[in-house]
Amino acid sequence: MDRIGEVIEASTTSFTAQCYELYQSPALGSLVKTKEGAVELYGIVNNASTTSLEPGRKPIARGKDEATEEDIYKANPQLNKLLRSEFSALVVGHREGDNLYHYLPPSPARIHAFVYACAPEEVKEFSRSLNFLNILVSSQLPVPVEELVSATLRQMAPAQPDPRAFLVAAGKELAVLLTDFNQLKAILGRLK
Amino acid sequence: MNTSEKLSVNEQARQRLGIIVAGSLEAGIDVKLDGKISVEDMAVGRYVTIEGRKQRFFGMITDVSLGVTDPRLTLTPPDVSDPFIAEVLTGTSTYGSLHVAPYLTIGGDAAGLVAGAMPVKTVPSHYSVVNLASQEDVELVFGKEDKDRFYVGTPLDMETKICLDLPVFVKRSNGIFGKSGTGKTFLTRILLIGMLQKSAAVNLIFDMHSEYGWAGTSEGGRTVKSLKQLFPSKVAVFTLDEESSKRRKVATDFVVRIGYDEIEPEDMVLLRQTLNLTEPATEATYQLRRVFGKEWIQRTVDLQDAEEIKQLLTATSIHESTFQNLQRGLATIGRLPFLVPHSPDNPVKRILEYLDRGLNVVLEFGRYTDITAYILVANLLTRRIYAQYRDRMEKAMGEDAAKPTPLVITIEEAHKFLNPEVASQTIFGTIAREMRKYNCTLLVIDQRPSGIDSEVMSQLGTKITCLLDNERDIDSVLAGVSGKNELKSVLARLESKQQALIFGHAVPMPIVIRTREYGSAKSYKEFAGEADVKGKTEKDIEELWQ
Repeated sequence: MDRIGEVIEASTTSFTAQCYELYQSPALGSLVKTKEGAVELYGIVNNASTTSLEPGRKPIARGKDEATEEDIYKANPQLNKLLRSEFSALVVGHREGDNLYHYLPPSPARIHAFVYACAPEEVKEFSRSLNFLNILVSSQLPVPVEELVSATLRQMAPAQPDPRAFLVAAGKELAVLLTDFNQLKAILGRLK
Repeated sequence: MNTSEKLSVNEQARQRLGIIVAGSLEAGIDVKLDGKISVEDMAVGRYVTIEGRKQRFFGMITDVSLGVTDPRLTLTPPDVSDPFIAEVLTGTSTYGSLHVAPYLTIGGDAAGLVAGAMPVKTVPSHYSVVNLASQEDVELVFGKEDKDRFYVGTPLDMETKICLDLPVFVKRSNGIFGKSGTGKTFLTRILLIGMLQKSAAVNLIFDMHSEYGWAGTSEGGRTVKSLKQLFPSKVAVFTLDEESSKRRKVATDFVVRIGYDEIEPEDMVLLRQTLNLTEPATEATYQLRRVFGKEWIQRTVDLQDAEEIKQLLTATSIHESTFQNLQRGLATIGRLPFLVPHSPDNPVKRILEYLDRGLNVVLEFGRYTDITAYILVANLLTRRIYAQYRDRMEKAMGEDAAKPTPLVITIEEAHKFLNPEVASQTIFGTIAREMRKYNCTLLVIDQRPSGIDSEVMSQLGTKITCLLDNERDIDSVLAGVSGKNELKSVLARLESKQQALIFGHAVPMPIVIRTREYGSAKSYKEFAGEADVKGKTEKDIEELWQ
């Protein structure tokens, strides 16, 4: 299993994790999971950021005399320690034992819980039901809903035996969920 | 059709279409189509079954419509040239819906199954699943071909045979309607064959265009065999025009000649319109009949001497212009070649003889397709046959004797006999209204049903109608039928050939059929085959009792 980070902030609806490696946060819309006791929490990455380790210390420009961006990091190896990458995930479901539920778990993730990227097999299993779309479209996030939903579906499609059929089914589900036709149009336009 | 094709048709026939979303018994039920079902595959007139919680419903698609969940979809249509977007929107934001008229219910329990289909008295509950009716469903409702049921056609897009219960059919007067060239004659031929095979009734056909006896022609000019050629032992052809029959090489059984002395004033009532007679002129016929006796027509026409006329008119107080009007009218009749001063034989007696022997009589008019001749002869013969039937039936009731064989009289251009002005006075109006009790019914064939008296129309048991496009005709055919508006859209959308809507007494619910084939060697064989089967069964039964 691909361990990518650790929970540093958690609530019932979402959790934020810090990546072990700088800039190694999972793609927008990808499925990640973490554990809370026997319960596995599934989340969809909705935002990622890289900031200074200390809020008061802003990064400064260092590359004036360097030929490439890579050279900046080579010349300043401390940067990898002074910056950090974080991502937040919206909780969309959980697993208890063998049962998969597409709704919120009883309690949030714990701080320092490990966060894993889900393998295609797991993505396929999770996306067998499209009920999680309801949580996505009704969430209040810094990222526009259209962007998040389309990114999620784009991430999930390759894991399906028939990606197009999956997208059509998801589109139909969204057509029912969304009351605003323009929103649907925007999502469908981003699925191509 | 091979087995695998049959299977695929069956699978397709059981297809789920959608679910009930709204509706009422009065206005019909709204069905939202599933996303994968295309509205273009639907058609009005097709059957559906609805799986209610406690019973199954049987209904007919009467309308197909399109809907959107958001009005913006109609104002700023999405880019449907992208197949992905089109596919997503189909069945969700944009959807097809059906309007279904429920007609029958079939109980879900054993008692319901035994009782069979019952008229619908409620609607299925919300979200009941709607399926396209399968062959078995249609068979369950309309019955299989058997000794009483005669195969008349197939439902649209199905192979199931739709059968009419002919003994039930002939118990009431029936009507066949349709615009000219829609296949009324072919349909009538099929029904006549059915009646002569499967009902206990005999037919008397007033064959205006000589199409039912020996041979007829299809619109393509092809000659098709008619009753006598197919069932020589069961059909007798009578003719008014021997010469024409001979030219067409028709083997006739009897040449009908009618004597002037057989025509009575009552026979003139119907001819008022065609002969342009005034009301007093028709009244005068009664007086003349009293004065001159049986030869009143001959003597009225022959009366040319001014003095004699004057005497007669004074004695009978008939106005001169009335008399002239009548004389002109009677002279027109007198010119009909099949009328003779005195007929050597009695055609009524002959016809009854044949009918009593269980033979069906087709009376050909040959060249005399003039409506005057048709009305005169049909009315004259029917009036006398009617009298005989009534006498015999009353006798049968009183003395417990054998009842006369049920008789079906087929008339064409029925609006001439049954229009509101004359329907109450003519024999055909009487038969349509009450002769069922006397074992005699009508089969009326007409292209302008709006011309037929509404009282007569309402008494017709089963109506079979091909395409009609005149609003008034459609209204008059559908008058008094429940779900009239729904049937109207079905009727107006029939194809102009080989399709007919049947509703009324002999069918459990209205049905659109593609009429069975008529005119090919195969079809003749099938008709003859059915007769053989019945004959054989009867023979087997007879042998069983010996």
